[in-house]
Amino acid sequence: MSSAFLRIQGLPALAVLAAGLMGLALLLSFFIAPEDGDQGISQRIFYIHVPIALTAYFCFGLGAWKALLLLWRGDERHDLESYVAIHQGTIFGTLTLITGAIWARASWGVWWSWDSNQLVLFLTLFLFYCAYFMLRFSLPEGPRRARSSAVYALFGVALIPVSFLAIRLAEDFIHPTTFTRDGPQMTGTMFAAFCVSWAAVTLLAYVLYRVELVGKRLHTDLRELREALE
Amino acid sequence: MTGGEYVAAAYGVVFVFLLVYVAIIAAKLVRLQRDTAELLELARRREHPDA
Repeated sequence: MSSAFLRIQGLPALAVLAAGLMGLALLLSFFIAPEDGDQGISQRIFYIHVPIALTAYFCFGLGAWKALLLLWRGDERHDLESYVAIHQGTIFGTLTLITGAIWARASWGVWWSWDSNQLVLFLTLFLFYCAYFMLRFSLPEGPRRARSSAVYALFGVALIPVSFLAIRLAEDFIHPTTFTRDGPQMTGTMFAAFCVSWAAVTLLAYVLYRVELVGKRLHTDLRELREALE
Repeated sequence: MTGGEYVAAAYGVVFVFLLVYVAIIAAKLVRLQRDTAELLELARRREHPDA
């Protein structure tokens, strides 16, 4: 069995599953979950905004985990995996900021609030990982770049729990807290719509991660093949 | 803007991002296909230099 086959094995099935889950999530979010009595229809942004934000955290965490594996085991394939995960994290981070700004405008009347510690910490985390690309592409390709990028990615992971728990640590009441110690503050169908949306977005991110990884590895393989033939 | 329009904008942004991502991946696939064809030609010329 060729290595190229192993790389894409199961990927089409995962992509179909992600598309199906996304369709189900949209159905639940728009037609099954009841309208929120307080925020009205704009609360439905919650079903896309929060799963995207959690997926961004997941991608940054995955990037840090792969970075740790690179430093621990010295296997250079983890460098590309870490880079691709952080790239996915910045894409989902951008979407978190945009959908969050739209929701803020609909709910608070402003696009952004500097008073919310959670928003500022998420922006800090996002900018930190944006700077990762500046560091990575300012160094020549090789083990030194891989190790420097891995150390940087690991530093950023410390911001994830701080950003995630910021609203509780800072007692900030601007950004809504939906999940408390008493459980989710929503109806059963709302929670089901949220869970399906979260699963759909996470699976979509994983499929995009795998597709990008396959593309980048193919590119590397072809470059090596060209060098061998020329 | 109404609440419904804000919801449409939020979901629309995500949809557009996905479309752009797919377009970028498609462009990269085309480039990989072109590179593969070039390498295949190179390998064939190596195998049959007189052809």
